[in-house]
Amino acid sequence: MIPSKKEWTDALIARHGAELHHRFSSATVAICGLGGLGSNIAIALARAGIGKLLLVDFDRVDITNLHRQQYKANQIGLCKTDALKKNLSEIAPYTEVETVTAKITEANFRDLLKDADIVCEAFDNAESKSMLVNGVLEQLPDCYLVAASGMAGMDTCNTIKTRKIMKRFYLCGDEVSDVASTIGLVAPRVMLCAAHQAHTVLRILADEYEI
Amino acid sequence: MVKVNGTELDIAGKTVSEYLAATNYDPKRIAVERNGDIVFKSQYDATVLEDGDSLEIVSFVGGG
Repeated sequence: MIPSKKEWTDALIARHGAELHHRFSSATVAICGLGGLGSNIAIALARAGIGKLLLVDFDRVDITNLHRQQYKANQIGLCKTDALKKNLSEIAPYTEVETVTAKITEANFRDLLKDADIVCEAFDNAESKSMLVNGVLEQLPDCYLVAASGMAGMDTCNTIKTRKIMKRFYLCGDEVSDVASTIGLVAPRVMLCAAHQAHTVLRILADEYEI
Repeated sequence: MVKVNGTELDIAGKTVSEYLAATNYDPKRIAVERNGDIVFKSQYDATVLEDGDSLEIVSFVGGG
């Protein structure tokens, strides 16, 4: 039996307080890339009661994703947008989820992301990360940006951190562990980086801007 | 002197592009902040570093 929207809201207010719940539930957060970072960010933010998530990815769920991404074995082959929307509807049924199944490019990011209060950069490709970070900072002056760089491999979790690079721009990760020079990505370290990003989103919404 | 990621360097008078060309940074994988503001990619050639400037160069690595 799924709780009513009122029961759900009351439970979140009991946990977070009315003021924080209002801030979280009024926010629109865009998540660009729904891999190990983006799928985990989305679940954390949906659980926290963010009002609207905008999920953007062009890719489909592959068997090689399942060791770190929040999809299920029976979702292989589905669009990540559709699969994650389904999973989120089961976890947090009253979060509004809008999906865009498309590749984010220099030509379309501004239109896609213009209504977001905060953008999470959750790509896996370094050049795509740079494109989105520069694009948002240059062309979406009212938007906060939480990006990630460096979470691959088996190094300690304790090197994953959040830095405030400048007003509106936060960077999570160890900033050095490249997927190309490590064994690849493992679930806990990617989840940890995603948790840094998701919590930074919540802190911004709570007016806690310093790290 | 110009502070780059916390280190004082004698590069005042160079443009951002000229400084980057002398480093190992890949311009396709970076974001450059100067005195608290993003340096537009289209302005790397035209932005001349001044004495007392503070630069933060973020270099992205793959994985996500």
